[in-house]
Amino acid sequence: MIIKELSNYYQNFNKGEVQLFKIVRKEILAPNIFSMDVLAPRVAASAKPGQFLIVIADEKGERIPLTICDYDTEEGTVQIVVQAAGSSTRRLAEFEAGDYLKDFVGPLGVPSKFVNEDIEELKKKRMLFVAGGVGAAPVYPQVKWLHERGIKADVIIGAKTKELIILEDKMREVAGNVYVCTDDGSYGFHGMVTNYIDELINNQGKQYDECVAIGPMIMMKFVCLTTKKYNLPTTVSLNPIMVDGTGMCGACRVTVGGETKFACVHGPEFDGHLVDFDEALKRQAQYRDEEKKNLETYECRCKAEGVRK
Amino acid sequence: MAAAIDRFKRTPIAEQDPEERIHNFDEVCLGYTEEEAMREAQRCLNCKNPSCRPGCPVSIDIPRFIKHIADGDFEEAAHVLAEFTALPAVCGRVCPQENQCEKTCVLGKKGDPVAIGKLERFAADWAREHGIKVGKVKPSNGHRVAIVGSGPAGITCAGELAKEGYEVTIFEALHEPGGVLVYGIPEFRLPKDKVVKPEIENLKRLGVKIETDVIVGKTITIDQMFEEGFEAVFIGSGAGLPKFMGIPGENLNGVFSANEFLTRNNLMKAYRDDYETPIKVGKKVAVIGGGNVAMDAARTARRLGAEVHIVYRRTEKELPARVEEVHHAKEEGIIFDMLTNPIEIIGDENGWVKAMKCVRMELGEPDASGRRRPIEIKGSDFIFEVDTVIMALGTTPNPLIASTTDGLKTNNHGCIITDEMGRTSREGVFAGGDAVTGAATVILAMGAGKQAAKAIDEYIKNKYNK
Repeated sequence: MIIKELSNYYQNFNKGEVQLFKIVRKEILAPNIFSMDVLAPRVAASAKPGQFLIVIADEKGERIPLTICDYDTEEGTVQIVVQAAGSSTRRLAEFEAGDYLKDFVGPLGVPSKFVNEDIEELKKKRMLFVAGGVGAAPVYPQVKWLHERGIKADVIIGAKTKELIILEDKMREVAGNVYVCTDDGSYGFHGMVTNYIDELINNQGKQYDECVAIGPMIMMKFVCLTTKKYNLPTTVSLNPIMVDGTGMCGACRVTVGGETKFACVHGPEFDGHLVDFDEALKRQAQYRDEEKKNLETYECRCKAEGVRK
Repeated sequence: MAAAIDRFKRTPIAEQDPEERIHNFDEVCLGYTEEEAMREAQRCLNCKNPSCRPGCPVSIDIPRFIKHIADGDFEEAAHVLAEFTALPAVCGRVCPQENQCEKTCVLGKKGDPVAIGKLERFAADWAREHGIKVGKVKPSNGHRVAIVGSGPAGITCAGELAKEGYEVTIFEALHEPGGVLVYGIPEFRLPKDKVVKPEIENLKRLGVKIETDVIVGKTITIDQMFEEGFEAVFIGSGAGLPKFMGIPGENLNGVFSANEFLTRNNLMKAYRDDYETPIKVGKKVAVIGGGNVAMDAARTARRLGAEVHIVYRRTEKELPARVEEVHHAKEEGIIFDMLTNPIEIIGDENGWVKAMKCVRMELGEPDASGRRRPIEIKGSDFIFEVDTVIMALGTTPNPLIASTTDGLKTNNHGCIITDEMGRTSREGVFAGGDAVTGAATVILAMGAGKQAAKAIDEYIKNKYNK
C-alpha cells in the first residue's frame, strides 16, 4: 500500500470508521500452534525479516513479544505464529478470525543484517537456517526474502515429533533444501538439529558460510556450540522477557561478547558465538513462579466458564 | 470560617494515613476542600508585580487564578489556568513548586509561601468534578501537524496547536497515551483514571487525534510523516532509556531498572490481580538513586509488601527528589542508607540476587553540578543483604528517532539539539522536553512543548500564508 493510501486509511481509522488489528484469518498449524493474519497496514508496510512485534490480546493482557512470520503489504496484514503455552498465549488462542486484538505494535528490533548487505556478495554465500519448533515462523520470512532475490538457502526444521513440524510446505517453496528432524524419529531424520548439522557437514560434504538459528534458547545454545566447531558464523534471534520492546525497561538485557545489550533494540539477532546463553536461560526463567500461578488461574477460569482449551 | 487568617501559615491539607496507605495504591494527598482552598487562597497578597509568576515555566497568571479561588469562583479559576496549561491537575500534583513558583512567593520570606500547587490542583479537580469544559478552539486552518509522543511535552504542544485551529495527530509508541504520566509516575501520586485520562479526553475534545501503537523510527519515519501530508513534526519522545551502573552482577535475576519496575506496576497494572503482567518484589529491596523516580520505585515496592532501602551515594541534603516525596517515603517506613554505593551485586547459585557489596562514601569538593562529590572511603566495603535491586539512576533519550531521521542532529548524550524556540537541524521538525534536555520535569517539558507550538505556528504561517 502506498503512503498516500495508508494516510487515507488512517484518516478513516481516526474517524472511527475502520478498526485496526482485526484477525483476518486463523489457522491451526499443529497442536497448540496457530497462525493469525492481522490487519495492521503500517506494520505490514515497514516489517523486515528479523524483526518482531508485540501483541496485547485484551484490556488486562500483557505485552507479548511475538515473531513475524509473514507480511502482505497489499492486504495490509501481518502473520504471527503463536504457541499457546502460558496463560497469555492461551488466552490469545481463544481469539478467532473476525475478532480484534487490542494492540499490535511493531515492527520492533533491527532487521536481519543480510537485508542491508550487497546482494551480489550475498548471492555468493551459502546459508544454512536452523529452525526449532515455532522458530520456523521467524525463519520463514528470512528465507523468503532471500528467495525473492534469487538466493537459495538450506533449512533444517526440527521439532519433538512429526505433528509439531510447522510451515514445511511453505518453506519448501522458498528454500533450497529443506531437512526435517524429529527428536523421536517419527518424521525425517531421527535426532536433534545439532546432529543434523554434523551430518550435513561431515557426511554429506556440505559447506556453509553462514548459519542462522532460531528456536528455543537451549536449542540455539547447542547449535552455537556445534557451529563453533566448524567456525561457522552463526546468528541467533533471542526471545528474552520484555515489557515495552522499545528500549525502555531493560528487562531483555543479554550479555553479548561481555557487553550488556538490550535484545529489543540492539537485537533480537546477535552473533550466537558471543551470547552468554547460560545467563540468558536463567533470565528467561525469572517470572516462572508468577507464570505458573497465572496459568493455574487461567485454567480455573476456563473450567468455570467452560472455555475450550 | 475562621475570623482571621494567619497570613504566614499554610492551610494544612489532608493526607491518607501512612499506616493505611502502604497497603494501597490510592492517592496519598487528598486535596483541599472548598473552604480550605478559599482560606489558603486568601493568604495570597495578589502582588502587582508577582514574583511567583516568573518562576513558572508556563507563566501561569498565578495571582489571577488564586484570586478567583479566594472569591469562591472556582470555575473562573479553572478557565484562567486553561489559558496557560493543558495539564493543571497533573502539574498541581507533580510540579516541584518548592523550586519554582512557591520558591519566589513573597510570603516565603517570613513564613510559608502560598500553596500554589495545591490550589492549582484544587481548581483543576473542581472543574473536572463539576463537568466544566475548558479551552476554546479556533476554526480549523487546514494545516496538519504530527506530534511524536503523548507525554507532557507532546500533550502540551498538541493542545496549544489544536486551540489555534491546527489538525493535530499524536503518535504514541505505547498502548496508552500519557507517556511518563502513565508508565512512570505511580497511581498514589497521580491517579490515572481520575486525573490523567480526563486530561487526555480533554485533548481529544479539542480535536487532537491520538494513534497509539506507532513507534516513530520503526512503524513510520519522520520522512514518511511529511509524505503523509503533515507540514510540521514535533518530537516529544522523552528520555526513556534506563541507565545501569556497569558493575558486576547487574544482569542477575532480581535486578531491575526503575523503568521496568514502574512500567510493570503503573502501565501494566501488575499490582492488580486481574491483570496478566507479573511483577517481582522480594522481601528486602534496595533502590539505588535519590531522585523522584527512586522515591516512586521505593514507595511502590513498599506497597507491594517489601522492606525498602534507598541507597544513595551522597547525603540526604543532596537528594534530587522533592522534599515532599522524601517526607512521604520516610512516613511510609522507607529506610534511607546515605553515603552508600554498591560496587558489585552478588548472586546465588541459581542466578538470583542475594546481596550487594557496598562501600561507604564521604563528600569531597563540589563537582560540575555544584554538589559535593562523593568519594569512596578506602577499605569500607561491606555486604548488604537484599534480594531485589532497583536501579533508579536516571534515563537518557531513545536514539530510535534520531537514528532514522537524516539530518537530525543530537549531542553526545543523545539529546536532540534545538534552538531556544525548539527548532531542530531539520526544517519543519521541532523538539522539546526530555528528548532535548535529558531527564527533567513534567513542567519543563510542558514549557518546551508550549514554546515549540508557537514556533510551529510561526513556521507554518510564514511558509504557507504569505
